[in-house]
Amino acid sequence: MITNIELGHYLTLGGVIFLLGVVGIFLNRKNVIVILMSVELILLSVNINLVAFSTYSNEIVGQIFTFFILTVAAAEAAIGLAIIVSYYRNKGSIRVQDINEMKG
Amino acid sequence: MLAHTIFFYFFSIITVGSALMVIASKNTVHAVFFLILDFISVGCLFIMIGAEFLGMIMLIVYVGAVAVLFLFVVMMLNVAEQKQSWFRGLKKSTHIPIGLIVSIIILLEVLVVIGGWKYKANFIGTDSIVADKNFSNTHQLGSVLYTDYIYLFQIAGIILLLSMVGAIVLTYRKREGVKRQSYINQISRESKTSVEVVEADFNTGVKIDN
Repeated sequence: MITNIELGHYLTLGGVIFLLGVVGIFLNRKNVIVILMSVELILLSVNINLVAFSTYSNEIVGQIFTFFILTVAAAEAAIGLAIIVSYYRNKGSIRVQDINEMKG
Repeated sequence: MLAHTIFFYFFSIITVGSALMVIASKNTVHAVFFLILDFISVGCLFIMIGAEFLGMIMLIVYVGAVAVLFLFVVMMLNVAEQKQSWFRGLKKSTHIPIGLIVSIIILLEVLVVIGGWKYKANFIGTDSIVADKNFSNTHQLGSVLYTDYIYLFQIAGIILLLSMVGAIVLTYRKREGVKRQSYINQISRESKTSVEVVEADFNTGVKIDN
């Protein structure tokens, strides 16, 4: 039982990483870059789920979708970091508690 | 199968531990390094499960491009000295209880998933990891990606182009005091305005005013 790696093991790993990403977003008191890294962790867990299902059900389409998620993750990281750089240039700080322009 | 088990637990423990360190690390630079370790170990898991091409792409795209981009920004913005303080800030944080509630709900959902897997252990057979020996993983991916999903593939390329243009537009700024080449001025010069014939006097030369 424990020596046989099944689909559930991979799904559990994906779930744990997803949870860590969500906790990292909510409990973050440092700066916005850590929030972006948590979003990357969440996308990574989705990739793990898709690849695990794709392998265990012998269907290649899951890996194709992982490709597109990878593309969107790279684009999101580039745009997010560009926004952070221009915000830092204007305000001089990217601490989470200093960003309260919209009173959210 | 035993090697599969050992390597799965090895890489997944590294993955979970480094993901924990990403969100808990005091120094942002260290967090980026743990993120790189996370991507590498997940790439190893992908290679192990049979998605070799995606594992390699994981290494190239995430470790080679995205994580290095994070590292650039972290080192450029000089935020490394801001220490992590979760529950002690200048102002008391109000979103931590909501965050804890949402996290606990998601944890319960994950537990439900694990429970369902326990009850239906043979949902998908364990011996269905059958790699097609005739075609490699890359060959299979290419034969599906470039035929059935060609439009999505091209849209993905357009998304990358848009993100590149957007990043440049967002971070571009004109600086004062920097000499730049102006192609328009260079090309549109004419000989009438730029060349002048002057009479040179003997023994005095020509004075050029800049």
